Amino acid sequence: MDAEDLIGRTGEPFRMVIEEGKVREFATATGSTHPEHLASPTPISPVTFLASARFWQDERSFPWHAVERDHARVLHGGQEFVFHGSPPRAGTELVGQARIEDVFEKVGRRGGTMVFTKLVTEFRTTDGDLVAEMRSTAIQTSRPAGRP
Amino acid sequence: MTASAIGWEDLEVGDSMQPCEDGPLTITDFVRYQGASGDMNPIHHDTAFAQAAGFDQPFAVGMRQAGMLATCVTDWFGPANVRRFEVRWHSQAWPGDVLTYMGRVSNLYERNGERFADLELAGQRQTGDLHIEGWATVVVPR
Repeated sequence: MDAEDLIGRTGEPFRMVIEEGKVREFATATGSTHPEHLASPTPISPVTFLASARFWQDERSFPWHAVERDHARVLHGGQEFVFHGSPPRAGTELVGQARIEDVFEKVGRRGGTMVFTKLVTEFRTTDGDLVAEMRSTAIQTSRPAGRP
Repeated sequence: MTASAIGWEDLEVGDSMQPCEDGPLTITDFVRYQGASGDMNPIHHDTAFAQAAGFDQPFAVGMRQAGMLATCVTDWFGPANVRRFEVRWHSQAWPGDVLTYMGRVSNLYERNGERFADLELAGQRQTGDLHIEGWATVVVPR
């Protein structure tokens, strides 16, 4: 499938609820002891917490659906989180939707072609207000990542 | 100093974050993050799988270190004040590595009546290799 056909492709919207116990688990796994993460009944979710959205997604919510990818050749190159206000608190119900924002190629240092794919996931309140955007850059290499 | 206590008058461009140390990393650290995030890629905990993919051993989940770096930022400015956080990875981190996360204020500005600080962030291995590079924007309480 050509890059042009992938850009703009969306997954189906999915529901995600920010939960106190999940916030606590995630904060602990990322080294936080901050009382606003652990001691509040409605804690603020950690900065990278929305990476756990996959618990609320199924294959139809990923724009990759029906696109063949070789996971042995995919590296995670970068990740960005943008918040329109404070990061969401426990108790917040969000609606997420993922979209392929860009696909482009670069020639790597060792000569292979690398395909960069930028995936953006927008998170809105159930009223439609934009809360956060998460961008993930995947790099598909021309050979498996671990092989020299 | 607690993070949320930082005010505009306390900050100057070039101010440094208190460095945060992470490690020695263990596979247990990776598994705890994988359980929390839902990314169960076996390359981060299954030695046979990692070796079949051409690695000597499992390596750290990049997003775990992104989260640790973000925790250094929320310890500095408070969890409610982060508005943007971005990372790029430059090399793998391995079990036994000790990472040091550093940061500095790169810009201070006002927009729409709110005060912001831009931060430049980095995490390096004990070898001096850059593992992770990052950028953040935080609201500075008045």
